[in-house]
Amino acid sequence: MAIEANRKEYLRRLGGKKYFILGDEACAYGAIYAGCDFFAGYPITPATEIAELIALELPKAGGICIQMEDELASIAAIIGAAWTGARTMTATSGPGFSLMQENIGYAIMTETPCVIVNVQRSGPSTGQATKPAQGDVMQARWGTHGDHDIIALAPHSAQECLDLMLDCFNLADIYRTPVILLMDGEIGHIRESVTMPELSTITHAERKLAQPAEDIFGGPELVPGITHYGEGANVHVTGSTHLANGMRDVATPEVHDVLLRRIYRKIADNREQIVRTELDKDTDGKAKIGVIAYGAASRPAHGAVGRARNNGNAVDFLRLITIWPFARTQVVEFCRDLDVLLVPEMNLGQISREIERFVNCRVVSVSKIGGVPHTVEEILTAIEEAV
Amino acid sequence: MIEINDDLCKGCDICIEFCPLNVFLKSDTLNRKGYYVPVIAEEDLCVGCRLCELLCPEFAIIITNE
Amino acid sequence: MGEYRHRLMDYVREEIMPHRFCVGCGCGTVLNAFVNAVEEIGLEPTKMVCVSGIGCSSWIPSPYFRSDTLHTTHGRPIAFATGVKIMRPDLTVVVIAGDGDVSGIGGNHLIHAARRNIDLSVFMVNNMIYGMTGGQVAPTTPSGTKTSTTPHRNIEPAFKVADLVMTAGATYVARWTTYHVFPLMESMQNAMTRKGFSFIEIISQCPDNYGRRIGKPTANDFLKQFRDDAIRINKTEGMSEEQLDKRIVIGKLCDRERPEYVTQLHEIIREQVAAVKREKTK
Repeated sequence: MAIEANRKEYLRRLGGKKYFILGDEACAYGAIYAGCDFFAGYPITPATEIAELIALELPKAGGICIQMEDELASIAAIIGAAWTGARTMTATSGPGFSLMQENIGYAIMTETPCVIVNVQRSGPSTGQATKPAQGDVMQARWGTHGDHDIIALAPHSAQECLDLMLDCFNLADIYRTPVILLMDGEIGHIRESVTMPELSTITHAERKLAQPAEDIFGGPELVPGITHYGEGANVHVTGSTHLANGMRDVATPEVHDVLLRRIYRKIADNREQIVRTELDKDTDGKAKIGVIAYGAASRPAHGAVGRARNNGNAVDFLRLITIWPFARTQVVEFCRDLDVLLVPEMNLGQISREIERFVNCRVVSVSKIGGVPHTVEEILTAIEEAV
Repeated sequence: MIEINDDLCKGCDICIEFCPLNVFLKSDTLNRKGYYVPVIAEEDLCVGCRLCELLCPEFAIIITNE
Repeated sequence: MGEYRHRLMDYVREEIMPHRFCVGCGCGTVLNAFVNAVEEIGLEPTKMVCVSGIGCSSWIPSPYFRSDTLHTTHGRPIAFATGVKIMRPDLTVVVIAGDGDVSGIGGNHLIHAARRNIDLSVFMVNNMIYGMTGGQVAPTTPSGTKTSTTPHRNIEPAFKVADLVMTAGATYVARWTTYHVFPLMESMQNAMTRKGFSFIEIISQCPDNYGRRIGKPTANDFLKQFRDDAIRINKTEGMSEEQLDKRIVIGKLCDRERPEYVTQLHEIIREQVAAVKREKTK
């Protein structure tokens, strides 16, 4: 999508500047760079700073930020707004993310592009409300009821909070699906130097328009084009099982089968296009030990890998940037020659169990809960025990 | 003029009950869908108030000026 | 009797008519009044977005009304409509949904939308029951009533939703019944043409899943009661709460001016954008 004049004006001033800011704040700037037109949210620790900065800055770029009465309303409002052609988002943490699940399913079923940021905190329930965790990995995957696939990305630095917001909005438009930025309280509240990108480096994906205007929920392609409200096309959007023209048909088994398999496949079949990982292979290429991590846990994990190498141990490292769809090919390739894989996570092993489904080496979950991230020493000890 | 669309009518009898001038009567034959649709007993009585047209849940009655 | 085409068929998705409402269901009458109101004020359906939730009356606009339609999750239509209206203030955004949807599961959105005075028209069809699921007690079911989930009797008082919305800050509130079709139509016209949060509570009938439980198995049983129990708001002076509880107070409950939400929101955007431009030219 073309970047509007008001936003260009605003972004031109930012380009090249370096700010020492929170991950949450970087995420907010990322949303503005990504062309977010509309934000609706509800305060929650540790995500509130996203809403606060967007409320302050987005209007200057011509966008709108509102606070709704709850998270149910926030996600509802951004889905409604998305059907006018707007790029829309909300930001929350675990409890709010739980409340949003029904309408995330609605966005999946109606193929509504939108972005949901979840700055994960320690749960279940109120848990350790102000402490970070990575406990919502599987909720992001399976939180809403019914079969579906989902896209979720996990940043590991304040800079990446900004950068990945651009990817989130582009993926949402390309695949016509809700996209989740799976941050965590550690990354949301980390304060780091963040470089504001130059306007010339920013690209916004096009939201493909439907031809003919009526066929917005089917047709020959996995991702159908969209027709927005207010264009005279009498668009009918429903969360019930529907035909290509949007009209409800809940009685024909084939209609549901075709619709759901296509919605599932448009992400599953494009996995290799969507997935991004970051590989740091040991230079001698003979590592029998590997570490896979993501988000906050990937920082001490990468540090520990460096220390282990300094101590003379060959260790490979893979960071998952895309959490869902799962980086199956990359993980299998990474683990092919390994004896042991360590998976440090700030949960009780959600991704390590996913990895176990695909690899032949021994998978060791280095889980840590309690609201304090792993230390380099803890992960180093685990590596050395595995040697 | 009163027009009744037999195919849309579900025989709820609202028009029969509430016509201020008792223009309608219940028919003794079923329509295609098995409902007893109203028939016009006394079209001359109709003053065109459109109450039946507006009350009808089925778009099955229309009053025209012809 | 000839097969005529109703003059308002252009306003409905004719290919799926007749609609699926039960015999004598009030939803059909509300659709009829709504379509007439839209035609009467010359509103182009292409300039409208109709939003609904889950329940029988949510089917009135979606799928039956031929405009852009958004059939949302249960209780959330007002929140979805808020997003639509903010991004497209030029479109007329109408919410039509039931009492359970709007005042039960979605009650929070209702009061906050009224408080904001966002320019939406909300037409709440109140049939006093959860009809689609087969006749369970609703927040609007009169106390004492036996329903499938209050088989002994309902001990809760019924919500006076229009009064609640008025107190919450809506600028136009009215209550009518499916018997009072002409004033209902006029009221819908007012709601859709004025700016601000407009709310019409439409007392309606569910002969199949409510009526048959309370000895009113036909639409006419209900409509006669609506006709006889209704009392105009301007005739209620001096009546006690107890007397009023036995009646259906109809008419325009309020019509007032307050700053509208979306207008103010866009004002802020214009100010902020202008400030950035000024800074640049400095």
